[in-house]
Amino acid sequence: MTAPLLAACVTTSDDGGKPADTGGAKSAENPLGVKPEASLEVVVFKGGYGDEYAIKAENKYKEKYPQATIDHKGLQKVGEAMQPRFVAGNPPDVVDNTGAGRLDIATLVNAKQVTDLAELLDAPAFDQPGKKVRDTLLPGVVEDGTFGGSPVVLNFTYTAWGVWYSKSLFAERGWTYPTTWDDMLALSETIKKAGIAPWTYQGKYPEYINDPLLTMAAKAGGLDLVKAVDNLQPDAWKQPGLVQAAEAFAELAGKGYLMSGSEALSHTEAQAAWCQKKAAFIPCGSWLEAEQKDVTPAGFDMLMGTVPGGAGDKLPVTAVQAASSESYLVPAKAKNVAGGQEYLRILFSLASAKEFAQANNTLPAVAGATEGLTLTSGLGSVRDTVVAAGPNAFNYRFRTWYAPLAKAVDDATGELVNRRISPADWSTRIQKASDALAKDTTVVKYTR
Amino acid sequence: MKHGRWRFLLAALVPALVLHVVFVLSPYAQAFYLSMTDWTGVAGEAHFVGTDNFARLGGDTLFLDAVRNNAVMLLVVPAATIAIALFLASMLNGRRPVRGSSAYQIVYFFPQMLSLVIIGVLWAFVYSPNTGLLNSGLRAVGLSGLAQSWLGEPSWALIAVMAVVVWSSVGFYVVLFSAAIDAIPRELFEAATLDGAGRWATFRGVTLPLVRESVQVAFVYLGILALDGFVLVQVMTVGPGGPDGATEVVGLSLYRTAFTYGKFGYATAMGVALFFASLTLAVFALRWGRRNQVEMA
Repeated sequence: MTAPLLAACVTTSDDGGKPADTGGAKSAENPLGVKPEASLEVVVFKGGYGDEYAIKAENKYKEKYPQATIDHKGLQKVGEAMQPRFVAGNPPDVVDNTGAGRLDIATLVNAKQVTDLAELLDAPAFDQPGKKVRDTLLPGVVEDGTFGGSPVVLNFTYTAWGVWYSKSLFAERGWTYPTTWDDMLALSETIKKAGIAPWTYQGKYPEYINDPLLTMAAKAGGLDLVKAVDNLQPDAWKQPGLVQAAEAFAELAGKGYLMSGSEALSHTEAQAAWCQKKAAFIPCGSWLEAEQKDVTPAGFDMLMGTVPGGAGDKLPVTAVQAASSESYLVPAKAKNVAGGQEYLRILFSLASAKEFAQANNTLPAVAGATEGLTLTSGLGSVRDTVVAAGPNAFNYRFRTWYAPLAKAVDDATGELVNRRISPADWSTRIQKASDALAKDTTVVKYTR
Repeated sequence: MKHGRWRFLLAALVPALVLHVVFVLSPYAQAFYLSMTDWTGVAGEAHFVGTDNFARLGGDTLFLDAVRNNAVMLLVVPAATIAIALFLASMLNGRRPVRGSSAYQIVYFFPQMLSLVIIGVLWAFVYSPNTGLLNSGLRAVGLSGLAQSWLGEPSWALIAVMAVVVWSSVGFYVVLFSAAIDAIPRELFEAATLDGAGRWATFRGVTLPLVRESVQVAFVYLGILALDGFVLVQVMTVGPGGPDGATEVVGLSLYRTAFTYGKFGYATAMGVALFFASLTLAVFALRWGRRNQVEMA
């Protein structure tokens, strides 16, 4: 048969080959042992944030190592361009694996294509003397990039999820943002009577309404609930916290508090309706303000509130679901691994993060990066939310670990808030998907 | 002389043939091999797993949803498109064409000029529940009871997608069938008229038997189109592929499995399955056609 011959087409790279020894001499100035003359290739996703911030960090690298030549690529389709290079074993030294069509990070990790960044995290921070790189990051950033105990990805931006509302609309009507779910239901009744839909959501992508539901569940059941879900434990999705959260959102739908038609609206349509004050609340991540900047009316003053809690919750109401994104990694087969890590040390410096926050109205993953900056309404509320949450910022990992489970959850939640399945069915369905995944030997498992 | 001609032909053909083998045929052949591996798409190695991937397809509920939806599309799309296109073509041509028929033909052909992605975006706006053209139109004529969340209702979503597939392909087949009807000798229509046949009888007795071959070709093409549907589903539907798998198609499952789940081996197995489905369809359609040749005496 031709199989062995064809196999050669896919398996072009010799996996026995070790990357070239890139290490130079290590010193206090050069903690990662960069060879000053080694060239550096950086590939960045050029999306909503552009790639100016990455180029600035490259310039700093060049200042430090004038002999190095830097090859920069800003791309929209990082995955498409990088896939053949990973397969062929000649990847660049730094990849920002972000945007539509990015490569599945769990798959990359399992294929041993990424470098363990522990050495970088333990290196001294670039511009904060006395601190290690890992001490300069917001809570959860290191964990977000950790797979099977080794940190392999470093995320540059920090996203918090919550429920958004217009400060001016609420002030004008005398409404206050609710802290408990009972208050949320009562206020929704008031809003509905005022002729405004209490909630809308980005129905075309059910994951948006998933976020507040899962946040509520985590507040009720605490981190144990989150861990059980991520660890694919039997009956994880039957935990009371999750069932109650599903019931709460079923009730929201059942009482007619979701704007009719929401289930078929794209994110742009739903968010536009919300900006036109057709609905009072919308669930979204902290990118909402930047995304809506061209259609938000003057004086709208959007704010992000935390998802309301209930009596007997394990986490305080200030707890928030937050995760970092914009995923930088150093490929295992890169020619200049040390240089790639050094570049990240520069990129994740306080000065670089500050510039990024200023330019993009987005919270970077570096702690204190927004201090002293004048922030817009929305970003200010996101920052305050993250500060108020403190150590109670949490994140589910199953979305990045097990994409098929994420799809099952999204589909089930879409059905739940359209009242086509009951909260009990919702639990049962997702549990079935979780169990199937747990049994699937072809999927690499992670635990936390 | 003859010798030289062969040499020239070979010299002209070989480079193109080599390119075709390397870039078209070899990926096809590789796909058959890859469908029996666990390749992740980013690793430099793939392990042979035999027919595991194909065994897995049978238990993959989302894939089975996709197969069911493609089967429904296969039954509805070609039949509906051909019926509408035949009706319009026979109205515009043949014995008594309607007035301004060439203008109609041009208008029907418009959707062919648009890329499928743009058609998907436009129709998504048409179907939009609160501000969309369709519901606004229904409300305007007092039929607000009929207004639906077209793409948000599992019972309507696939129908809505199929309507767009039909809408976007009818124009081409109107033109194709018009050409076929034009090729029918006029005496036959005149004879039918003398025999006192009406429009319907003329269509049944003269037009349809004589355009049968075009209809067969249309069936094969539309069948392959119905086995696809990826672009419209990806652009228009909730999820995409939803709500809850209501508009999942094999192409979308394949795409997601490869690029979201990083299971290229398994995705390739879906591709191979789709390949055999298309092949079977084409063979059957053309065989069925050969048995029913019409003799023109």
